[in-house]
Amino acid sequence: MDKIFEKPESIREKETHYCPGCGHGIVHRVICEVVDDLGIREKLIGIAPVGCAVIAYDYWNFDVTEAAHGRVPAVATGIKRSLPDRIVFGYQGDGDLGAIGTAEIIHAANRGENITIIFVNNTVYGMTGGQMAPTTLLKQKTATTPAGREQKMHGFPLKVCELLSVLPGVVYAERVTAHSPQNILKAKKAIKKAFENQIKGLGFSIVEVLSPCPTYLGLSPQDAVKWVGEELTKEYPLKIFKDIT
Amino acid sequence: MAKKVLMCGNEALAEAAIIAGCRFYAGYPITPQNEIPAYMSKRMPEAGGVFIQSESELAAINMVFGSSLTGARAMTSSSSPGISLKQEGISYLAACELPAVIVNIMRGGPGLGNIAPSQSDYFQAVKGGGHGDYRQIVIAPASVQEMADLTMLSFDLADKYRMPVMILGDGILGQMMEPVEFKAETKPGIKKDWILDGCKGRKPRIIKSLILNESELEKFNLKLQKRYKEIKDKEQRCEVLYGDDSDIMLVAYGTPSRICRSVVEKLRKKGKKVGMIRPITLWPFPEDAFKKLAKKIKSFLVVEMSCGQMIEDVKLAIDCARPAHFYGRTGGEIPGEDDIIKEIENING
Repeated sequence: MDKIFEKPESIREKETHYCPGCGHGIVHRVICEVVDDLGIREKLIGIAPVGCAVIAYDYWNFDVTEAAHGRVPAVATGIKRSLPDRIVFGYQGDGDLGAIGTAEIIHAANRGENITIIFVNNTVYGMTGGQMAPTTLLKQKTATTPAGREQKMHGFPLKVCELLSVLPGVVYAERVTAHSPQNILKAKKAIKKAFENQIKGLGFSIVEVLSPCPTYLGLSPQDAVKWVGEELTKEYPLKIFKDIT
Repeated sequence: MAKKVLMCGNEALAEAAIIAGCRFYAGYPITPQNEIPAYMSKRMPEAGGVFIQSESELAAINMVFGSSLTGARAMTSSSSPGISLKQEGISYLAACELPAVIVNIMRGGPGLGNIAPSQSDYFQAVKGGGHGDYRQIVIAPASVQEMADLTMLSFDLADKYRMPVMILGDGILGQMMEPVEFKAETKPGIKKDWILDGCKGRKPRIIKSLILNESELEKFNLKLQKRYKEIKDKEQRCEVLYGDDSDIMLVAYGTPSRICRSVVEKLRKKGKKVGMIRPITLWPFPEDAFKKLAKKIKSFLVVEMSCGQMIEDVKLAIDCARPAHFYGRTGGEIPGEDDIIKEIENING
């Protein structure tokens, strides 16, 4: 019998620490499938962020480091410039990339660093208890917006792909979701392209993945998935914002 | 023999870093250390290395973190306010056991202060400016020649002990020009079997600082402490002038040590029993030399370009067995020879 589905070599045997219905596990796996497909596991260096995905190295079966909060793009720059023939990717959440690390992501993108960034946007700080993220929707309730995010007090949801796509150093920016099998396949295609761009030496690529956090959305896993597909995509449209490859 | 060239301290330091095999530099402009990134921007590409003018000090130190974990010899430099920003990264370097050289060409503080020379970052440098139970080796050059020689030593120490090393200079040492002779290029002798460069032919490696389990983090911290103890035992460095027949010892590092040297020579000509101890490693502090001196010297006069920081380590080192007096200037002012001589006369009565 032919084997048609198996654990990627790039994934470790490890029980998940993520909450039921969390999107991180899916994104981790998709990255690992792409790494296996491209045959780059042995020349890969991944960077885990501060946030729920900080222990991504527990699941990834390749070289991984862990950056200080928000500093993933700077660490990636140091690695890639020192080892230009290796593949370097950063994994960042919305607080990491969109708040504390805004300077680092903009300038790594603007320098056109030949790296790949996977940006998981679930609109909350998960690890610290569900506080407002830069990407939290208006009216969305979080631990620090108990009455819902109000623009006058907290500003607007930050549009990362829209912002970065105007920079000449960015060759590819796409927003996808991990909320349905069909969309996960699209996400895989986007992530694969973001790695291929780096292999070809084309420059900075980012894939933003909208992802459910049932725990801090206060929804069941099913409803959280539905919310991502139906509500989140209204504020964060799924599209290729830039592709000059 | 290499020929002597006339260079400013910052450039001599940068050239020595290249000779020591440094192939990655990231930094952000700030006075009075700007000659370092300017020199690196020219020399690094010639040497086949990487120069990046980063968007911030935070980015620079984290770029150094990334480069260091690939096994490269990596360096960043700044001056006081910028060094405050680097503290986060230094803590992570220490926690991840990554070697790196960080240069602080100190200026007047606190806050934005001014761009004049100062030594007011001593506490930050030797007591651990970032968070957590960690140490960094702190090296204090006092001449352009030492800016070169001690930079080469700093890279060796960083690799040997897998930790950050800070070169603590001041605006005068960075800016002034003196003849300097560079040592021959050294090949880093230490094999780095811990780097991340892709897991081809070996098991994947992880470089991280998160240790959630309490007993594991305690165990790790105690491992670091053991290494720090070894460094304290082996790496104390200082220069002692007239240690055997002085009544009073001046204590100074960096620029004030040059002024104190003149004072010592002047007073010696007049038959006064004055000497000097000049710490070269500020951490580990040269406690052993101080302990020996405390047995025969009547008193110490600590001279700093600060309101009194190193004097605390002097008192600790001699266990307050002898009086330790202080004379300091701050805000970019420099202690004068006459002022120091007056202080000595006051102490001697």
